[in-house]
Amino acid sequence: MREEAGSVKMRSYMAQLTRGSRQASAGCIILGVWVLLAVLVPLFWPWSYSEQNAELQNQAMSLTHLFGTDKFGRDIFARVWYGAGISLLIGTASALINACVGILYGVAAGYAGKYADMAMMRIADVIASVPSMLYVILITLTAGAGAGSIILGLCVAGWIDMARIIRGEIQRLKETDFAAAARMEGLSPLRILWRHLLPNAAGSILVNLIFLVPQAIFTEAFLSFLGVGLAAPSASLGTIIQEARSQMLVYPSQMICPLLVLCVMLLALNAVGTVAERQLRRGKSL
Amino acid sequence: MPGYTFKRLATGLVSLLVLVTVTFFLVRLIPGSPFQNGGVSGRVVEAVEEEYGLNEALFDQYLTYMGNLVQGDLGVSYQEPGTTVAEIIGRTWPVTVSLGLIALLVAVVLGTGLGILRAVSKRRIVREGIAAGGMLLAGIPNFAAAILLLFVFSVKLGWFPSAGLLTPAHYVLPVLSLALYPTAVISRLMGNTLAVEMGKQYVLFARAKGLGRGRIIFTHALKNAWIPVLNYVGPASAFLLTGSFVVESIYTIPGLGREFVSSITNRDYTLILGLTVFMGTVVIAVNLATDLICAWMDPGMRRSYSDK
Repeated sequence: MREEAGSVKMRSYMAQLTRGSRQASAGCIILGVWVLLAVLVPLFWPWSYSEQNAELQNQAMSLTHLFGTDKFGRDIFARVWYGAGISLLIGTASALINACVGILYGVAAGYAGKYADMAMMRIADVIASVPSMLYVILITLTAGAGAGSIILGLCVAGWIDMARIIRGEIQRLKETDFAAAARMEGLSPLRILWRHLLPNAAGSILVNLIFLVPQAIFTEAFLSFLGVGLAAPSASLGTIIQEARSQMLVYPSQMICPLLVLCVMLLALNAVGTVAERQLRRGKSL
Repeated sequence: MPGYTFKRLATGLVSLLVLVTVTFFLVRLIPGSPFQNGGVSGRVVEAVEEEYGLNEALFDQYLTYMGNLVQGDLGVSYQEPGTTVAEIIGRTWPVTVSLGLIALLVAVVLGTGLGILRAVSKRRIVREGIAAGGMLLAGIPNFAAAILLLFVFSVKLGWFPSAGLLTPAHYVLPVLSLALYPTAVISRLMGNTLAVEMGKQYVLFARAKGLGRGRIIFTHALKNAWIPVLNYVGPASAFLLTGSFVVESIYTIPGLGREFVSSITNRDYTLILGLTVFMGTVVIAVNLATDLICAWMDPGMRRSYSDK
């Protein structure tokens, strides 16, 4: 019965999220289009993202090359969507890892309580007090440029917000009557946590997860822009923007196109996240 | 309060220690030698490494570094021989800090103003416009903002200079690109908390007493709505510092951020290490200061920190 109610609640929550607000649906549609393009363009577009062509250098936008070509004669449209795919992949992967780590950590701290909780949250404070960008840069320098080391770097401090939120939720939920009832029934703590407490924190988890993705995408683009991100043949939106910087004054469109694709992607993610957050607050205050 | 201050100081010190240790070992683990350069023979590299003490055991190097650090010695730059890291930091920090402080000031003033407007304006279009604008600005990465501002206002329109930091006009674009995101965050925080505060009983009471709206907002509600904004100053300082990496390299400003970026490209390990330690320390200190001020202003905060 409980699980039933939980899933119905979840579904109506999702329905509210997508149907209730124009802002959220606009965000979802843009994201859908972006994902579709990121998958389809590398598969079906006649030009490849990495093939250099000396005869096609720095061409302007045209019907054959929608966004023009770069200084090596590579088609920018193909590169931008390939890069957008990489950015989305890195963002989603690290957001999921961070969410898992954060949930486990937060649940452990919140349910254990007392000294274990104190110690765990102080450790989190210590890690969070240094700007994570510094860690990420050092880790990518140490582990070598590449998607793996960027994700590793993003996961050093990215889980802390999630852990703090989940800890608060678990602390609140374990005092509720239904948690007490479950304890009295003699259920194991793991089962109580997994089947009874966590589903009730689903809203907070979802909101935080949505916001983790644009944060990760931003950090990755930032690093690639600094030149410590992805290594050569592979490309993300950040590296494409970085490569176009040297010719910004002559061929601004080479830089503006990937910039706009990146900004719209982040905006759409933020829009969805903001609406989800608002719905969550509204639901809670009722 | 003394108990809280002590605990918070202890956390800050541990953070500092962890920061230095982690940074030291990460930098030492970067593959390759900083002196490995095309055309330099292995013997020369070894000799130079010996001179800089890089042939010692890793842990001994760590102890030496910590010993020197306590005395304020951050070592010498590998790429600019004869220049100490402390000199480079001393040369560059005023630039970055002045930029950051101005940006912070702009963000706090603008953000608070917009937040108040968003919370109390009777016009729907003002409220929604500020909310939408804030979200739009928060979604633009700082390097994208810096590039776009540079391109539009400096290259195309020619209103502001594009490089250096000589006159007040030079400050406009870098400060703007740094301040955009914090402004958006502060206006959102302010708007949300002020809206909640305005619905509370004491505001109703003040209104019943016959106080004017301005008086209610500025002397009663704002006092309570300020705390989240003050709390945000810590994260904002971290954001401004990392933002200075890109903004300073885009606008060619000789500050900490640009030095950091070039130290990465040059693989100048002592400089990377020193700058990371310095910037991390600044952020830890700002976080500590804002936490203490918040705890002093809001007793609930220090109670939530101590054991339950």
